[in-house]
Amino acid sequence: MGKKKKANWNGFSLKPRKEMPEGLWLSCPSCKNMLYKKTVDENLGICTECQHHFRINGATRVEQLVDEGSFEEIAADLASSDPLEFTWGEQNYKDRIKVDPEQMNAHEAMLVGKAFIRGRGVMLAVMNFDFLGGSMGMVVGEKFCRAVDRAIAESLPFIVVCCSGGARMHEGLVALQQMAKTSAALARYDQAGGLYICVLTDPTTGGVAASYAMLGDVIIAEPKALIGFAGPRVIQQTIKIELPEGFQSSEFLQEHGFIDMVVHRKDLRSEIGRLIDYCGK
Amino acid sequence: MSEMTENNQNEIAFSSRQYLPFEESVAAIDERIEDLKRQGQTNSLQGQNAQEIRAQQVNLTALLKQIYSNLSPWQTVQVARHPQRPILSDYLNLLFKDVRQMHGDRAFGDDPSIVTALGQIGSQKVMIIGQNKGKGIKEKVVCNFGCPNPEGYRKALAKMKFAEKYNIPIVTLIDTPGAYPGIGAEERGQAQAIAVNLMEMSRLRTPIVCIVIGEGGSGGALGIGIGDRIAMLEHAYYSVISPEGCAAILWHDGAKAPVAAEALKLTAKDLLKLKLVDSIIPEPLGGAHRNIHDTVYNVERYITRTLLQLKRVSLDKLVDDRYEKLRNIGVNCARAMETTPQPKAEKQLEIPERLSIEAQLRQKEMERI
Repeated sequence: MGKKKKANWNGFSLKPRKEMPEGLWLSCPSCKNMLYKKTVDENLGICTECQHHFRINGATRVEQLVDEGSFEEIAADLASSDPLEFTWGEQNYKDRIKVDPEQMNAHEAMLVGKAFIRGRGVMLAVMNFDFLGGSMGMVVGEKFCRAVDRAIAESLPFIVVCCSGGARMHEGLVALQQMAKTSAALARYDQAGGLYICVLTDPTTGGVAASYAMLGDVIIAEPKALIGFAGPRVIQQTIKIELPEGFQSSEFLQEHGFIDMVVHRKDLRSEIGRLIDYCGK
Repeated sequence: MSEMTENNQNEIAFSSRQYLPFEESVAAIDERIEDLKRQGQTNSLQGQNAQEIRAQQVNLTALLKQIYSNLSPWQTVQVARHPQRPILSDYLNLLFKDVRQMHGDRAFGDDPSIVTALGQIGSQKVMIIGQNKGKGIKEKVVCNFGCPNPEGYRKALAKMKFAEKYNIPIVTLIDTPGAYPGIGAEERGQAQAIAVNLMEMSRLRTPIVCIVIGEGGSGGALGIGIGDRIAMLEHAYYSVISPEGCAAILWHDGAKAPVAAEALKLTAKDLLKLKLVDSIIPEPLGGAHRNIHDTVYNVERYITRTLLQLKRVSLDKLVDDRYEKLRNIGVNCARAMETTPQPKAEKQLEIPERLSIEAQLRQKEMERI
């Protein structure tokens, strides 16, 4: 019964098991507590212990943000035409983007539609991280522009909730040019005098950050979201220095003057409503 | 040495030439010609080895033609990154007259990796904006290897606004591996700087011509890359992500970059077929680095012609057309993607191996009709 035997013993352990029955429990990446998923969902996807904001998918976001049942989706049936005919290994992009209409991720990486937030009519665009990391391809660009066109036509405020890793690699330069396309559409919207509010959530990086996410008349961010141009891993590989604590977080960006306010998820609705009132729209 | 420079002034001297991995056979012939010249001690047209030299030169031409007419995408990337490829400072020296560099973004500092300068091309005044990679290690470090910081983009925008005010057309020469990913760059808002450039360039009331002269690296390239005409040099590349980055994400292995380059469709020909660039500017045989003067001449011809075209268009129409062009990128996304008339498009845009600028322009005219 020496120490040696104990070290090799890998049967029962008193440490909590890392793997939990799927879908019932969550582990909070911030405070490491085990959380009952249903409680978190009821709490708008926020950790009840440490207020960590979990990522939520597009449909849930819409549900949380708008007045009940007021969301009218437009341009829902768009799909990418796979301009590059992109393949890698045995996989190809065309199969990857085939969506199951039964599932929640059937909305590509962005949902757009007309809705009411606390009784104020808005055009709303919400990014869906569940679909290929919320990456921006031709569909996102096109939906975005259609929403802007509609917002101009009906002189509505335009609200975008960003949650994306950047431009979609599988669409190559077509995806990159969507940065230009969305920014150009916003230039038109700006000239038409529209109010544009962006809500940045975790994560907003790459091509999305470097286009419409940073062009808001008002830029709001959720607490502790990762926001930046290059991802932290890329930066670390390039400069080979340990990155400071809180680098590229919402608070960091606010400190450096790129964000108007950091708003808790539960206050988002009222805050947007108030901003719209201030701008007289 | 003297007869050699006399012979072909424009070519880079043999002694300092650098070869890419797939150019081994070219290097061998080059060396052979050089040997023969040295033995003959005379001009290649008369001396004792003249016959042999001429034969070798014919070989060389054929070989270069063969190699460079079907470069793989990865080889194109290598050519675009060739250490001797002409960079912005070459164009500033050879292409533009009376260049006046303008510095500083009036807020933070001056970023040497983006150069903004007033210059003249023929009798036309232009604002030149481009990324400078620098020559030699010292200058490369100063220029951050052509990776701009936010102040570079803000400087570019400030100078573009200046050009707009005085009705000076803008020429941007794009050559960057990407915007710089560093702590300082993030602190000063790299994303915001690029975003504002995209928005403002799309409504700038002056003609803009963009030319990718080497590497078109993602957002860093797009940050000064919105214009009325987008052209690429024949062996330049323009991509949403570097092939190495793409390979690291998809295969978890940077060594798969050649495959990634293939999949990303980043060469000028592919992008012309996708209608993302308007024209390809031909490079001299063996790539821009073999004959800088010819390259610069081709670029000059393109800029002059294009500016003449753009000056005839009213500013309102120019800005509207620019917006329409951007708006139509990736517009045909629908569920019914099987019915896209692909064969027809392919036939229209079939490009011969080496297409003259005139032929391209004619082709574009045809498309418009």
